[in-house]
Amino acid sequence: MLNFSDLLPYTDMFLGGLLTTLELTVLTTVLGILVGTTCAAIRQYGSVGSKRAVAAYVELIRNTPFIVQLFFIFFGLPSIGLMLTPWQASIIALTINLGAYSTEIIRAGLSNIPKGQWEAAKVLGLNFRQTLIRVIFTPAFEKIYPALTSQCIIVMLGSAVLSQISVEDLTYAANLVQSRNFRAFESYVVTALMYLGLAMFMRYVFTLIGKRVFAFREAQ
Amino acid sequence: MKALKQLLGKTLLATACLGTAVSAMADVLSDIKARDEIRIAVPQDFPPFGSVGADLKPQGIDVDMAHYIADQLGVDLTIVPVTSANRIPYLQTNKVDLVISSLGKNPEREKAIDFSTPYAPFFLGVFGDQSVAVGALQDLSGKTVGVTRGSVEDLELEKNAPSDVTIQRFEDNNTTLTAYLSGQVNLIATGNLVATEIAKRKPARAPEAKFMLKDSPCYIGMAKGEAALQSEVNAIIAKALAEGKLNDISVKWLKAPLPKGFGA
Repeated sequence: MLNFSDLLPYTDMFLGGLLTTLELTVLTTVLGILVGTTCAAIRQYGSVGSKRAVAAYVELIRNTPFIVQLFFIFFGLPSIGLMLTPWQASIIALTINLGAYSTEIIRAGLSNIPKGQWEAAKVLGLNFRQTLIRVIFTPAFEKIYPALTSQCIIVMLGSAVLSQISVEDLTYAANLVQSRNFRAFESYVVTALMYLGLAMFMRYVFTLIGKRVFAFREAQ
Repeated sequence: MKALKQLLGKTLLATACLGTAVSAMADVLSDIKARDEIRIAVPQDFPPFGSVGADLKPQGIDVDMAHYIADQLGVDLTIVPVTSANRIPYLQTNKVDLVISSLGKNPEREKAIDFSTPYAPFFLGVFGDQSVAVGALQDLSGKTVGVTRGSVEDLELEKNAPSDVTIQRFEDNNTTLTAYLSGQVNLIATGNLVATEIAKRKPARAPEAKFMLKDSPCYIGMAKGEAALQSEVNAIIAKALAEGKLNDISVKWLKAPLPKGFGA
């Protein structure tokens, strides 16, 4: 009944899709965490007005479905003259989405840093930048690192929706292949395994990065 | 024995009579004229070909065509609503004289019934904004075309389009339609009915038919071997084409003129 050999002619398509998903994920993970870190810092240490702006952004994104955000950017924005390619729309949608979720995660880490740590850094003569990076953000990130890793993987899996706006990612490949050879089960099994592999790979890479960044822990 | 012979003779006579009756009925055109009535099967569940209007009367391309044919023959029209499943049995059991029900022609169907010349356009094609100059497949080179993934037009495009065409595939007809309406794509490959739908929703962006990918126009169906009826119906269709009636019907219901070379 099952016939995986029918998928062989489409190997390039699956690999191309996998590569696209990987590229999108790497790019948006970096951008999303940057947005998240900035917004978390603003929400923790910023002025009242900027705090409110960030809170509005976070609540708006966290309380609406990703596909609606994506359609709004891709199909909605052209009506005010902003035309984006499927690729650009995807990067923006994923970044905004991960940014909002990671803002809350990173803020949790920041609020966990005792005030005494700022004071200690000041006493030691560290400047603001040094204090922020070494004394505040590094330990804050260490605390929330597993949660952040999971969120990035969730966004990677959520990127499956991008096939709706004709981004040729892994899900797009699966849909196209099964529409061509009617081997739906086989092509989704292969796709699911590829997503699983990708998720495990991401967790592995995050662990490696974590070991480097939080090396001070092991030195203790 | 004599009684048996008589019975046999009566049976034969009856059979002969029945035979004459059948052969008399076989010329459907004279029957229509004698009856002063033509019975035409039309769909009522398939707009814009046939549906029930706000006044509860059948309306659509097929209904307009049925009225036109009855007018041209100078007989009364009886509309018989059918579905796509029972339209051919109605014809084969002589419950109707003609079937005007967006019938497509293929060799298998031609074994069962006869067809007229085409009366309405039904095709898959590439449609687009008036500003895009495209007239044939090779003109698509370097352009982007939106299409619904897995559809017949998707397969046609992939098979025949130049290799440097960007084909953007969307989930379903509605998303493809939205992609065109929002301006994300300026060319789409789809059926002419979907293009009609766009023209209805947003007349300002009504897509123009650029060229056909696959043509499958609609024909009028009739019982097999009715040469007189067939040539009469063909003559009426030819007249309707010549005097612009077919084009009027197309513009009225499909919001687009007949494609170039229709009926040729």
